Amino acid sequence: MANLTLVQAINLALIQEMERDERVLILGEDVGLNGGVFRVTEGLHKRFGGKRVVDTPLAESGIIGASIGLAMAGLRPVPEIQFEGFLGPAYDQICSHAARMRTRTRGAMTVPLTIRIPVGGGIHAPELHSDSPESIYIHQPGIKVVMPSSPYDAKGLLISAIRDPDPVMFFEPKRIYRAFREEVPEDEYTLPLGKARVVCEGNEMTMVSWGASVVQCMQAIERGGRSIELIDLRTLYPFDMDAVEASVKKTGRCVIVHEAPKTCGFGAEIAARIMERCFLYLESPVQRVAGFDTIMPYYKLELDYMPDADRIARAIEETAAY
Amino acid sequence: MPIKSAFTTTIDHVSILDVNANFDEKLGAGLIPDADLVRLYEHMCICRHLDEVAFKLQRSGRMGTFPQNMGQEATSMGAAYALDKTDWLVPCYRENAGLFWRGLSMEMILLHWMGDERGNAIPRELYCMPLAIPIGTQMLHATGLAWAAKYRGEKRLACTFFGDGATSEGDFHEAMNFAANLDIPVIFFCQNNFWAISVPGKIQCSAPTVAQRAVAYGMDTIQCDGNDIFSVVYCVRKAAALAREKGRPFFIEAVTYRLGDHTTADDARRYRDQAEVDAWKTRDPILRIRKFLTTRGFWDDTKEAALAERAERDVAAAVERAESIAPPNRDDFFNNMYATIPPDLALQRDTMQTHGIGQDPSQIDGAVIELPAKTSH
Repeated sequence: MANLTLVQAINLALIQEMERDERVLILGEDVGLNGGVFRVTEGLHKRFGGKRVVDTPLAESGIIGASIGLAMAGLRPVPEIQFEGFLGPAYDQICSHAARMRTRTRGAMTVPLTIRIPVGGGIHAPELHSDSPESIYIHQPGIKVVMPSSPYDAKGLLISAIRDPDPVMFFEPKRIYRAFREEVPEDEYTLPLGKARVVCEGNEMTMVSWGASVVQCMQAIERGGRSIELIDLRTLYPFDMDAVEASVKKTGRCVIVHEAPKTCGFGAEIAARIMERCFLYLESPVQRVAGFDTIMPYYKLELDYMPDADRIARAIEETAAY
Repeated sequence: MPIKSAFTTTIDHVSILDVNANFDEKLGAGLIPDADLVRLYEHMCICRHLDEVAFKLQRSGRMGTFPQNMGQEATSMGAAYALDKTDWLVPCYRENAGLFWRGLSMEMILLHWMGDERGNAIPRELYCMPLAIPIGTQMLHATGLAWAAKYRGEKRLACTFFGDGATSEGDFHEAMNFAANLDIPVIFFCQNNFWAISVPGKIQCSAPTVAQRAVAYGMDTIQCDGNDIFSVVYCVRKAAALAREKGRPFFIEAVTYRLGDHTTADDARRYRDQAEVDAWKTRDPILRIRKFLTTRGFWDDTKEAALAERAERDVAAAVERAESIAPPNRDDFFNNMYATIPPDLALQRDTMQTHGIGQDPSQIDGAVIELPAKTSH
């Protein structure tokens, strides 16, 4: 076991997958000699050479479009988009091609590709470096979407993503890249995509979250004397509705927390599914604590935008009091 | 049939005031009056000092990420000088010198990088677009701005700035193609500084010049020494004349160098040789103007000392203004979303301090949890 940050755990997963499988290659802006702007690919260029760790031209559509070609030819590209705010030019390739290739060729062509993207706010970054666009890609059929909240999960989920036969968007919450360390096995291991993790058990209320917000959820839970069951979805598509259902049937109340804007955020889907599956078990309306329906403000106000322990604690009390 | 040449071309390179401050009288005489050159020099030095101060502000936690302009002051400054005050400047984020010359106050740029949208509230009469953070997207806006001028029968043109890395983005090619094929008077001004963060220019463009990309679009083009303000002014005037008289776009490749890191979040020592940086330091655009002005008797150590004091004073005053502005109101990011705020968004705004987001308070009997107001960040 090693005590690793999220960045180190992802770095280790990449090294192990590249050693295990020659088809795996990394491409993107500044991923080579510089080791990525967050140092996620640190040391990989030296270890595997410029053929397998490739600094590309500055073109996100190019990075993803070329990765689709690499993947269709049987390789396992792991492209990086430097920040979630730069996904725009890649959107067409992701949604018009990667997502559709299997079904439109009826399986003759597939796109086993894992796109790594730092995501979210809270690091005092410039604009378009702090957004949470995961719902856009969850809404796009044909793509799997992952967002880990811990080093252990990140390593196991990334290895699963790389081995997955379909395109996966692997969002890395940059706020917790180095926020804490965790024991991570040095050997390779996988965690199944589509399985949630129960972070802590409780019987008074269910809380559902993912990514860096899980940290704020824990802060809010630890603050009060309530018995709350926190579920980290980890994979946002496919998502583990069974875990949510089992918990909500036990607690009768649910708060969903995410950093992305509220309207059409993934919390809306979870809330609707709870209505479908747990309606008669509910003691209170499902509550969402989310980013507001605004553009993510520049960093002077970013903490007012993102759900923090105060807002989550308030939602807990409102939901409990209903 | 014998194979014939279908097309040949050459790309001109312009250099007027070289590294050793040798001056080409034939090209350069009368290009910039001496008094103007002194003012340009002073502005470049003040811009350089702002870079140094901004770096320290970032390191001491008083400002977020900041991209230094160091080494590239002659490009945007020369362009802004050569253009009319009502021509659009459409920057990337390393054009402080040109924006300041146009009249943008330093504290606006500081505010932007201090994480405050009010730094982008640029007075309309300056004809400056706000900094463009995603790479290579703003050239299409410049095309639209110039198109609008053409539509209205105005002689206004747009000059857009971008780096060598941006020429890899699809939007760059679309902007070039629109402007060339629809006859739109845009100046595409490439600051070829050889580095897109850590990625060297040869990964962006295999051709010997970036300028020749324009040839493929049927656009006139020229390459200049971007560290020589005379060359920049010469080329921008040539481009502006074509744009105004014929309504045609023009591509300028200004060869320059990013002397600093990409931003304060970067450490260029990881990927480029110090020897290369040191060689470019001798080609600093500021050094050669000082030498030129000194040789001609327009500048001396006394003036230099006075300028250093003025730079310190001006920048300190700008920092003071940027830091003493009242914190933004947390309603601001709601109130500026639409011309009229939608009711649901207004509810989010008005209940953000007291209730769960959007929860109807009437549903929660006695459960309004009043929390102490947050302190400003």
